[in-house]
Amino acid sequence: MAADSDTRGARRGFLITASQVAGGVGLAALTDRAWATSDSMQSAMRQVTGEAAVRRGRVKLDMPPLVENGNSVEFSVTVDSPMSATDHVRAIHVFAEKNPLPNVISVYLGPRAGRARITTRTRLADSQKVYAIAELSDGSYWSDAVDVIVTLAACLEELV
Amino acid sequence: MAEAIVSVPATARRGEIIELKALVRHPMETGFRYTQRGERVPRNIVTQFVCSYDGAEILRATLHPAITANPLLVFNAVATVSGEIEFRWTGDNGFSVSEIATIVVN
Repeated sequence: MAADSDTRGARRGFLITASQVAGGVGLAALTDRAWATSDSMQSAMRQVTGEAAVRRGRVKLDMPPLVENGNSVEFSVTVDSPMSATDHVRAIHVFAEKNPLPNVISVYLGPRAGRARITTRTRLADSQKVYAIAELSDGSYWSDAVDVIVTLAACLEELV
Repeated sequence: MAEAIVSVPATARRGEIIELKALVRHPMETGFRYTQRGERVPRNIVTQFVCSYDGAEILRATLHPAITANPLLVFNAVATVSGEIEFRWTGDNGFSVSEIATIVVN
């Protein structure tokens, strides 16, 4: 019994340390990235942004806050940009945190698009936060996020 | 249903920003589903979409399994010259579909 409570105490100590470490990392990530996100999201986002800072603003992710059917959710991303040769949006990336794969779509565009706006449809596996990140021609990154509640998730477990 | 449906305005003024819609018929099988016998259903998705017009790429997209079946993309372009706007989708298992629409620019 004594040994058991010892291991339990040790485990508790470890858990506290672990949570403090995780909390510290989370806080660092929050200040660095402007959003708190899971590990797979972080790595997916880093693949497109590298080490650059992502700021909130200039991007508008338009997605309904309450979705009945996660199999098809229409959304649009609009970026505040003149879309001129010298000042335009280079790319728009969308991520869904709790999907099996966080990447949703990456769109590359330029001044010939005239307007930095895309509309498409996605599947959502769960209620979650969906993120849009825009890369501008000056190399800066801007983002927006929307909390979505999904009543009927896209059926991952469904057998075919 | 046709393989692809695109929507392009028939005419536009030079410099006008037009709206383009592109939809292709495709199941977008995610690769995350299993059959009743426990076998994984292999991924079969459209991975790339490109729209070209007047010798330039207007928009290119990389699609992931999260995009719905029959992927739809709505976006914009600046009307520059009369001519063809080409839409091309490519994906798993050699999937390749293209559609061309013409526009008259005054």
